[in-house]
Amino acid sequence: MRVSELLRPSPERLLLQAQAEETKQWGARLKIFLGYAPGVGKSYRMLDEARRRHERGEDVVVGAVQGRRSEEVQTILSKLESIPPVETAGGQAMDVEAILRRAPQVCVVDPLAAQNPIGSRNMYRWRDVQELLRNGVSVLTSVNLLHVAEYKEKVQAITGRDTTETIPKSFLLSADDIVIVDVPTDLCLWRLGAKLTTIGISNYQERQLSELRELALLLTAEVVDAQLESYVQTHGIEPVFGTQERFLICLTPNSNAKAMIESGRRNKERFQGELYVIYVRQPNLSKKDSSRISEYLESARQAGATAEVLESDDPIEAVIEFAHRKRITQIFIGHGSHENWRNRLFGDPILRLIRATEGIDVRVFPH
Amino acid sequence: MRPLEGSSRGNLKIYLGYAAGVGKTFQMLLDARDLAQQGGDVVVAYFEPHERPDTIAQVQGLEAVPHRKIVYRDRVFEEMDADTVLRRKPQIALVDELAHTNIPGSERAKRWEDVQLVLEAGIEVWTTMNVQHIESLNDQVWQITGIQVRETVPDWVVRQAAEIVAVDVTPEALLNRLKRGAVYKPEMIERALAGFFKGSNLGALRELTLRQAAHEVDVRQFAFDETSGFQVPRISESRIGQVRPETAKERILIHITADASTAMLIRRGRRVADYLQADCLALFVHKTPELADLSLAEREAVEKHLRFARSLRIETQVLAGKDVPQTVVDFARRNQVTQIFVARSRGRPFELLLGRNYGEAIVRSAHDLQVTVVADRTRKKGF
Repeated sequence: MRVSELLRPSPERLLLQAQAEETKQWGARLKIFLGYAPGVGKSYRMLDEARRRHERGEDVVVGAVQGRRSEEVQTILSKLESIPPVETAGGQAMDVEAILRRAPQVCVVDPLAAQNPIGSRNMYRWRDVQELLRNGVSVLTSVNLLHVAEYKEKVQAITGRDTTETIPKSFLLSADDIVIVDVPTDLCLWRLGAKLTTIGISNYQERQLSELRELALLLTAEVVDAQLESYVQTHGIEPVFGTQERFLICLTPNSNAKAMIESGRRNKERFQGELYVIYVRQPNLSKKDSSRISEYLESARQAGATAEVLESDDPIEAVIEFAHRKRITQIFIGHGSHENWRNRLFGDPILRLIRATEGIDVRVFPH
Repeated sequence: MRPLEGSSRGNLKIYLGYAAGVGKTFQMLLDARDLAQQGGDVVVAYFEPHERPDTIAQVQGLEAVPHRKIVYRDRVFEEMDADTVLRRKPQIALVDELAHTNIPGSERAKRWEDVQLVLEAGIEVWTTMNVQHIESLNDQVWQITGIQVRETVPDWVVRQAAEIVAVDVTPEALLNRLKRGAVYKPEMIERALAGFFKGSNLGALRELTLRQAAHEVDVRQFAFDETSGFQVPRISESRIGQVRPETAKERILIHITADASTAMLIRRGRRVADYLQADCLALFVHKTPELADLSLAEREAVEKHLRFARSLRIETQVLAGKDVPQTVVDFARRNQVTQIFVARSRGRPFELLLGRNYGEAIVRSAHDLQVTVVADRTRKKGF
């Protein structure tokens, strides 16, 4: 495949970039500190960065701050300028107008997921943050996994905790920087007041926290991957392979699709990877075969795969092209695809695939 | 921090980062000070100051165990002194840079071997390492960054850890630290910016670290359930009523040859086996009973590969068989192997005719098994 083909940004990508630039004034950056549970210390990490930036001469103000404050947090806050909240009929809210008048370089907004009182200029605090960014104010903010809308149900299933205050995941993906504040689960429990030295802090609590930790780490990885992809696109360099496992199943009417899809599902789950299933349309397919293919594609979708049908005169070439475009790390293909290989030793399509995909694992499945 | 019930071995905690300067040591020392203030018995068994003032400030006030001094080629080197740590017998020992290779003349070749000794004495160890030092990731890191990392830690050592903590920082902040001179001495900064710290490397390594940490958290959730003897579903899954179906255990067979690509094959097989919680074995087949078909160089290479596989805790076998691919496939069938890992030939199609391209021959004869032809993850020129 020619490199130029790899690097041409898709229309969707260009649109996303344009939108991202519209929402921000040049130079204003959004940095989010993500924690998997209360007590991991994300507010502290964020404020500590605000303090260091202040000491390096950046113009930093605190726009909003959590109610519960530790001693260390108090110490940092005493060194920074704060903009008091505005009183409204419905309660307190961050004073966006005052911050904009003050026009600092950086504003601390903690926490990010808050609902503003009725009658405020924006319903949600993350909208306030967007407004600050549009006006050239960089924002440091923190959020707990529970408050990411797409994760709310999962977190609730683990902890039983619910919330009405959420931010959309797309807002996280739009951040210039995201940092996960990771601490061992035992330390987190300790900060929440559990006794550390005794054996058997509830195993259950630790399990809860470790499931949350895993979700938060993977969410951060996803954001980092999106940033990496846009970096690669804007700098016109080759895509980076191998940071995340990406599986590609190649279907044919004769392949053992059930085994491949089951294995793909399991690999996707164990590697926390992505799963693609493609079928390259063949001419003169019997009615039976084509309904079988639709069945396979449907069960692939149910297994969590992105399923696509491709058009090409050269199925192997289409697979190779797709694999490079999607940064695939492992291709699953059925033995059936090289029936009669004895008759065409060098024309064997599977061997051709293997030879053309040096940087990718090729896993050949039995019938 | 809590000893595992019924075991006198110390717990291992690893602070995992993606590059020098992300703050692994800093975070470890911060947590240690926290604990020391609560009355924890913590000592610094090895600390590498790297002349980073912020980090050095953190070590103040913590008890340090003297390093061992070793003279090598007329210079004095300092290494961790495991014996002194054992005599002091603290509750927790801090050991910086787990992947470090000890200077020749030390008792053990690697620092992680020293750490084993300390753990066996019932002392908890906190340590630091970067994701690129995990053995089975070596080729992936090479593929991503174009840099081959020499100092590695076997995966089973990492797996021993009771807990892995990801130390995260944005690449931007890391580059700022680097440019301010907080990571390396001035003369090294330029080189770092052109090498490991360039462009997309940091983002890619960071993603790798986060995913590795998530995986480490994930496997430890399974470990919780071993006491009860059956698999307890995750909390999230049991609540929404979706319990994962039992799947047959996979068995992975790695076909060892004299070819240099075998090391890559072993690392990949180990990694996949780990993720799928599969058994992993390795097999070398030679054509004559006395290994007479091998040249001395080939024989040495094979022995090196077998040793390497065993060091990663892969069971190895050596068999004689006239038809190498067929012997591999028969062995796989006899041993309920579900997946054979073979190397990719290096673009010499004529070898196929000579019957020397074992990988492709195995693909063609193992119609009832899954065969994985492993990628060549060395980075090509101009990539």
